[in-house]
Amino acid sequence: MATTSLRGRPPRRRRSLYTGERRLAAAMITPTLALMAVVAAYPIGYAIWLSLHQYSRTTAGASRWVGFENYTAALFGDTSGFAAAAGIASGDFWSAFLHTVVFAVISVSAELTLGLVMALIMHQAFKGRGLLRATILVPYAVLTIVSAIVWQTVTAPDSGFVPQVLSAFGLPGADRVRLASTPDAMAVVIIADIWKTAPFMALMLLAGLQVIPGDLYEAARVDGATKWQQFRRITLPLLRPAIAVALIFRTLDALRVFDLPWVLTGGQYGTSTLSTEAYSTFSGDQLIGSGAALSVITFVVVMAVSLIYIRFVGGNLRDATSENT
Amino acid sequence: MSTVAPARPASPEVAERSPKKRKGQGTSPVLWIGVVFVVLFCLFPFYWLVQISLRTSQDIGVAALYPPNPTLSNYSDVFQNDDFVAGLRNSAIVATVTTLLSVLVGSFAAYALARLRFRGKFTILALILSVTTFPPIAIALPIFQLWTDLGLNNTLIGLIIPYLTFALPLTTYILTSFFREIPRDLEEAALVDGATRFQAFRKVVVPLAAPGMATAGILTFIFAWNEYLLAITLTTSKAARTVPAAIGNFNDTAGGGYAQPVGLIAAASVLISIPLIILVLAFQKRIVAGLTAGAVKG
Repeated sequence: MATTSLRGRPPRRRRSLYTGERRLAAAMITPTLALMAVVAAYPIGYAIWLSLHQYSRTTAGASRWVGFENYTAALFGDTSGFAAAAGIASGDFWSAFLHTVVFAVISVSAELTLGLVMALIMHQAFKGRGLLRATILVPYAVLTIVSAIVWQTVTAPDSGFVPQVLSAFGLPGADRVRLASTPDAMAVVIIADIWKTAPFMALMLLAGLQVIPGDLYEAARVDGATKWQQFRRITLPLLRPAIAVALIFRTLDALRVFDLPWVLTGGQYGTSTLSTEAYSTFSGDQLIGSGAALSVITFVVVMAVSLIYIRFVGGNLRDATSENT
Repeated sequence: MSTVAPARPASPEVAERSPKKRKGQGTSPVLWIGVVFVVLFCLFPFYWLVQISLRTSQDIGVAALYPPNPTLSNYSDVFQNDDFVAGLRNSAIVATVTTLLSVLVGSFAAYALARLRFRGKFTILALILSVTTFPPIAIALPIFQLWTDLGLNNTLIGLIIPYLTFALPLTTYILTSFFREIPRDLEEAALVDGATRFQAFRKVVVPLAAPGMATAGILTFIFAWNEYLLAITLTTSKAARTVPAAIGNFNDTAGGGYAQPVGLIAAASVLISIPLIILVLAFQKRIVAGLTAGAVKG
């Protein structure tokens, strides 16, 4: 009210200005939303449609409506002979699900621990700190498929670092082909992920450490608190928001993991994940309907977890879009 | 809490002073062990890849900590490989075009979200950001089918469109926060001088937000250079195959299916990592700020 009368503008003109602004806003946002609609929303709908059909492998394009049979075959096994007829091995989904959960839990918790240690080291003041940060960025900069190839060479029989160390100390297992053995292959996948991602975690946690006021530690030191007490009582509680966000980011990524297991083993030897299982079903086995069903299930799992994510960062979105700065 | 921390450390003065102070307390040995551990953990595996890439094909399977007869032949051979060279070209085009488009399109959306008045802002930003949580596997098959109908399979544009979609949420988010920090007065002065809203955006806001655009652009480039799942789903030949997909395919073409050309793969892997390592090291402050934009705001 006050500003209106000061500027001496009639209300009508304001409204038209506002309309113009809305039009401009619509024009500026439409390209982004259109892309989202074409490349994200429409494909999900299409995936659901595909998953409700069975497709002929001999006659391209021929399909028949099968309802939820692709889902029941993947989730509950063969109830009506459908899965056997379609070539779906029931049980594959649940092992992929289990592998994905194992991968997510171990890699994310190891990355958090290691990332925290690295962040605490980088937070110390010492000569060459900038150099250390540059070093940490190297695994981050390496492509995911390159990190798979790095660990392939490190664990390769004979020429790899791991077998050389094992045989130097006379330990067993030096000549095992790790990427073709069942628990070992998953271990390599997990280690490759930790190597690539712990630095990312460290950088996020370091940013969290840097906003903790130094006075708090000063005061604690004056009161005679030990380093461990300072860590437990100041660092950890104040770092909690950063840890929560980092954990959620990483968990969502871990549930979608594809590149590492696919490049390292093609999803074999106990490394199949939700994504590799769906991919090998529609790409290798050419089971379009079943592969689409597995894709949709993966989507639902990830979305369910990301709802938790939205609960954490939703407040920030509201801040970012609120009118008053 | 509303700003991104790494850009401005709490107090640089303290950081300068404290090493002298702490020297007397004798905490350094533990710290240095930690530093050495971190450096080895980060660099040694990459060293292993490099040393394998420098071996002759006879030495590939030999147990040694360094190449017995170092050679650059894998590097010269990999440039003779048509799939690799075409892959480099495709990757460069796809990543560059995706980056430019993402910053252009994203800055429009971000400006509207940061500055213009309209209803439903929160819903729109939430919708855009929800795409970051999409598993690529969920859209790979439908997009493949859709591209088959539209004739976009195995084309560069067929990769750029989905990459752009996955890059836009982060670009929009980063730029929205940058635009919000630019003082409104500057734009309003332009408006008073008779500029249109869009002119104010283009001539006043965009130049000031250049650092934010650089951050968003670099992160987009890294993403597009890295992407693998859609690259192998939507491409079938060297006409559009990007370099990660081409390397994954090496064993089929070069080894005749019976042996993986390990030295060649290692050399190609080192080569495609170098541009990213240089980019990341040159822009490390920007990248850290961009990566942590979401995290610190909590």
